Amino acid sequence: MLTLTDVSKTFFANTVNERRALRGVNLSLEDGDFVTIIGSNGAGKSTLLNIVAGSLPCDQGSIVVDGRDVTKLADFRRASLIARVFQDPQAGTAPHLTIEQNMAIALTRGSRRGLRRGVTKARRQRFREELAVLGLGLESRMRTRVGMLSGGQRQALSLLMASFTRPRILLLDEHTAALDPQRAELVTELTRKVVADNGLTALMVTHNMSQALSLGNRLLMMHEGEIIFELDSRAKEHTTVSDLMDRFASAKGQMADRALLA
Amino acid sequence: MLSAIEQGLIFAILALGVFLTYRILDLPDLTVDGSFTTGGGTAAILLVNGCDPWLATLAGMGAGAVAGLITGFLHTFLRIDGLLASILTMIGLYSINLRIMQGPMVSVNMRNGEPINTLFSGFRLAQPGFCPSDNSCLFSWQVIGLLALAALVCKLAIDWFLATNFGLAVQATGDNQTMALADGVSVRVTKNVTLMVSNGLVGLSGALYAQFNGAADSQMGVGMILVGLASVIVGNAILGTRFMFLATLGVIVGSVLYRLVIFFAMDWHLAEAGDMKLISAVLVVVALVVSKAEWIRKSFKVLSPWWNKPDPPEPLTSQALHDPAKTEG
Repeated sequence: MLTLTDVSKTFFANTVNERRALRGVNLSLEDGDFVTIIGSNGAGKSTLLNIVAGSLPCDQGSIVVDGRDVTKLADFRRASLIARVFQDPQAGTAPHLTIEQNMAIALTRGSRRGLRRGVTKARRQRFREELAVLGLGLESRMRTRVGMLSGGQRQALSLLMASFTRPRILLLDEHTAALDPQRAELVTELTRKVVADNGLTALMVTHNMSQALSLGNRLLMMHEGEIIFELDSRAKEHTTVSDLMDRFASAKGQMADRALLA
Repeated sequence: MLSAIEQGLIFAILALGVFLTYRILDLPDLTVDGSFTTGGGTAAILLVNGCDPWLATLAGMGAGAVAGLITGFLHTFLRIDGLLASILTMIGLYSINLRIMQGPMVSVNMRNGEPINTLFSGFRLAQPGFCPSDNSCLFSWQVIGLLALAALVCKLAIDWFLATNFGLAVQATGDNQTMALADGVSVRVTKNVTLMVSNGLVGLSGALYAQFNGAADSQMGVGMILVGLASVIVGNAILGTRFMFLATLGVIVGSVLYRLVIFFAMDWHLAEAGDMKLISAVLVVVALVVSKAEWIRKSFKVLSPWWNKPDPPEPLTSQALHDPAKTEG
């Protein structure tokens, strides 16, 4: 479903600030895979997501989604295949538009937008049903401006908007990081639900290790622009947060050794 | 005073154009100062050469739209900041307008002793010499009715446009560009189309004004962006922006009110013709400050039942997750 081949990205190339964010990353996601990615700051997780989404161009390598090479496709053109939820709850929705208007925009993601009415009766009915799944009572407030919602509500709405059109790939960029623990828990559960209900292929970046272990069927750890190890669903079951911490520490140690030797 | 209302209605069409860029696209578009003259000049020169008034008016609208497209090209393809791109177009248009009009001014009153046929010709009073000047003969409720109809048609067209799938994409572009891109909106297309529609309306307004006023001149567009902004800000302060229908209606109301304020300022000898621009600028400042002041917003609330009532965000409930009955449903 998603294949990254030898993807590299360097920021500020040929300056003293040069930073190699991705070093020849190879990754392949099967249909229905739900992959969580962990790693320390600057490991290249968000860069990876931005490159898949098309917000950043990659220096080399190729990105294939569902058999289609999208490496050179602009971000808004990839939107028919890829949907994303941002870390910032403000980023994924238009605050001055109503809930139903936002959903209409999400519904037409990737199709030509003509001069037909955006929010029709039939669509409104569908939105109501989709919103009811969230269990937040938003289905009775469809004409409320999104800017009036709380961060958690907005993020839940963003998640729904990204997923209900069943994109080929769903990208989740630390989408619970800006929420308080209780709401983060709620959005995490909703994520599990919408990904399972829609049978989505998803890539999720997180700093929360227990979340990374509990969600999805594969786990990747990144460090300094490389994927340093991977767990499949069976291995994940037997792994604890402290195991991950150990792997982290040893990865860092190895890297430090390598840096010393170099 | 009727003249003030008529002018207000003509400028309302311009203000609706400004509404599209300033409020919807969140891009203060100064092209307006140039494209207003472009629309007026194009219509005037065509009328002088015997063109059908409807066609000339339409051509003025088209010329305005092209001006908008130039700003759009500078902004979206050459990646010049939107405000600067519009200033560049505005300045460049000054020369282009002189070329279009083949001089600093084109009169559409008389040519070789024959009155030129304009959209307002039918409303001239029959007796010549009755009026001190030609355009004062136009003041009639009929003209007001027709101009109000024109402004209303433009307003309804905008309401419809913004409610379409494409219109929602336009609104998203101005409201949250990150979201628009993530949802597959080509912001390049939405911005260019909106700038064209906006400046098309401005050109239409200019074409109407040139015919109403009896002449187009190269200076007629100076300060028009302020007229538009004042109308948008005043109008939205009165009727709110909660509903698109009222927001665009407010723009028309604001434009007429603005003209009336200026009319009374002149009528009571508080101001002279030369003070108009200063009044415009001060009015925009006052409207901007006032629309942000909390106590005035509250007092407006009393005046306007449609004021955007912010319903407080309800606490996020995790009911569905902990209440099994609800999750199953």
